[in-house]
Amino acid sequence: MTSCHLAEAPIKKVAIFGGTHGNELTGVFLVKHWLENGAEIQRTGLEVKPFITNPSAVKKCTRYIDCDLNRIFDLENLGKKMSEDLPYEVRRAQEIYHLFGPKGGEDSYDIIFDLHNTTSNMGCTLILEDSRNNFLIQMFHYIKTSLAPLPCYVYLIEHPSLKYATTRSIAKYPVGIEVGPQPQGVLRADILDQMRKMIKHALDFIHHFNEGKEFPPCAIEVYKIIEKVDYPRDANGEIAAVIHPNLQDQDWKPLHPGDPMFLTLDGKTMPLGGDRTVYPVFVNEAAYYEKKEAFAKTTKLTLNAKDRQ
Amino acid sequence: MCSLPVPREPLRRVAVTGGTHGNEMSGVYLAQHWLQSPAELQRLSFSTVPVLANPAATAACRRYVDHDLNRTFTSSFLNSRPTPDDPYEVTRARELNQLLGPKASGRAFDFVLDLHNTTANMGTCLIAKSSHEVFAMHLCHHLQLQYPELSCQVFLYQRPGEESYNLDSVAKNGLALELGPQPQGVLRADIFSRMRTLVATVLDFIELFNQGTAFPAFEMEAYRPVGVVDFPRTDAGNLAGTVHPQLQDRDFQPLQPGAPIFQMFSGEDLLYEGESTVYPVFINEAAYYEKGIAFVQTEKFTFTVPAMPVLNPAPSPAS
Repeated sequence: MTSCHLAEAPIKKVAIFGGTHGNELTGVFLVKHWLENGAEIQRTGLEVKPFITNPSAVKKCTRYIDCDLNRIFDLENLGKKMSEDLPYEVRRAQEIYHLFGPKGGEDSYDIIFDLHNTTSNMGCTLILEDSRNNFLIQMFHYIKTSLAPLPCYVYLIEHPSLKYATTRSIAKYPVGIEVGPQPQGVLRADILDQMRKMIKHALDFIHHFNEGKEFPPCAIEVYKIIEKVDYPRDANGEIAAVIHPNLQDQDWKPLHPGDPMFLTLDGKTMPLGGDRTVYPVFVNEAAYYEKKEAFAKTTKLTLNAKDRQ
Repeated sequence: MCSLPVPREPLRRVAVTGGTHGNEMSGVYLAQHWLQSPAELQRLSFSTVPVLANPAATAACRRYVDHDLNRTFTSSFLNSRPTPDDPYEVTRARELNQLLGPKASGRAFDFVLDLHNTTANMGTCLIAKSSHEVFAMHLCHHLQLQYPELSCQVFLYQRPGEESYNLDSVAKNGLALELGPQPQGVLRADIFSRMRTLVATVLDFIELFNQGTAFPAFEMEAYRPVGVVDFPRTDAGNLAGTVHPQLQDRDFQPLQPGAPIFQMFSGEDLLYEGESTVYPVFINEAAYYEKGIAFVQTEKFTFTVPAMPVLNPAPSPAS
């Protein structure tokens, strides 16, 4: 029997995280605003808690202090003995886990929205961690339909080795919200407006769901991660080529074998190899240079969600 | 400040500096590339020294370690006695002043070109000290004529009574290239390539000058700062809103009194309350949030630049 991950009970507790990366400002300022005036995120019968996850990084307007908070919510890090010697983010991860988790617990948060920006031209993006999560597929379908004609893409990071232990993963229904392009340390009004709308539609969906509204079976197109591609590097590990102008800003668009991919500092074009078309995302994301990721290859597929019964 | 009004000898000692801010990647990668392969910087009548201005900030991919290097070239920082507690950039500024200056002395480099990126939509911006810098003005004009499609705008930074504090002010003549928009920490191929081409043309211009080319007088339009406007803030000093969508990305375009400039998080628009039209630049530059600047107000003005003296053609240097 396939497991259905349908929410059977109403959703009770929702968290909205900002500042998981301290220099991704849209989430920081939306959460700070909602902490002052939370009217716009309230829905009847639902507890919605805005929360700054990495306040020290936010204060310094940097991605992280010691290590990337959005990569360390695995059992090993969450289980380490608390001590002042632990990296700041590991200590912080444990605090967040105690406040909002554990997954599926009595008082735990059902849904966590984690707000992010990217320097890549990805527009409005929803990040899904589990392809069988029917509740989230329905939610994402609702958000995409409500935002149209503004495009909203779904990035599926389910993968045996490439999936990472996100801050939001401590909830039963983790939702990544990623809007770009926006430079680190910059707050753009247009990007703020887009992220604000995504949250509004998400909360409206939860409210309709709790009220018993019917959501017929639906399908959404998603982009599933295949592999990450590093920059070509020289013998010293320095970057030897940049994202080709033809690929720059072309997130979600098909890249065919033979299409330009990188341009060396000497002016030579390096094309995509292999035999299949891929859909690049996170093309030229500033924070991924150190993670050795120039872009991620995805494949397009359709996910179906049953109705609630 | 005794920068000579106009060079009367060939320019022999030239430097190009990148990584003055360690997260402005076009200059970082160009400087690192030229340190390995300097050939493309050489010309017949002079050679150019590439310099990675802020190595520690570059290694950390940050704007600076302790203090903004491009604010550190004042006589107060450069000439005060070194102490062990000096910020990294103060020590580094003194080193660069030894290498490329000393500022305001006869031993300073003839020309320094400093490479920058901005998150603002400033396109190709040429930053020089003032309209009195005849050599720099001719250079800017040359770049504008060579690349009409780039619409190079000239920004003249010197404010009356203020001492210069930027890196290229240590040389007898200086210019900064400010290309955007590009996020910090990102290397875009199109901007990198444009920066590289512009550097080559700057060096070509110096070669033309050294070889005795005539550069007649001309009229030029430029922008100079008249003030700055900060973001709207709460009592605690946090942001209360951000740059309005109608101002965002409109660098060098006229801003009229009454036009919206900020959008508050609570939804209202804040309008520009100045008394006259200004031309905003550095609109929503990431590095300026901490300096309390949402945009720089400039005025546009036109001036005449006199002809440059024509040199006798320069022989190739022995070195």
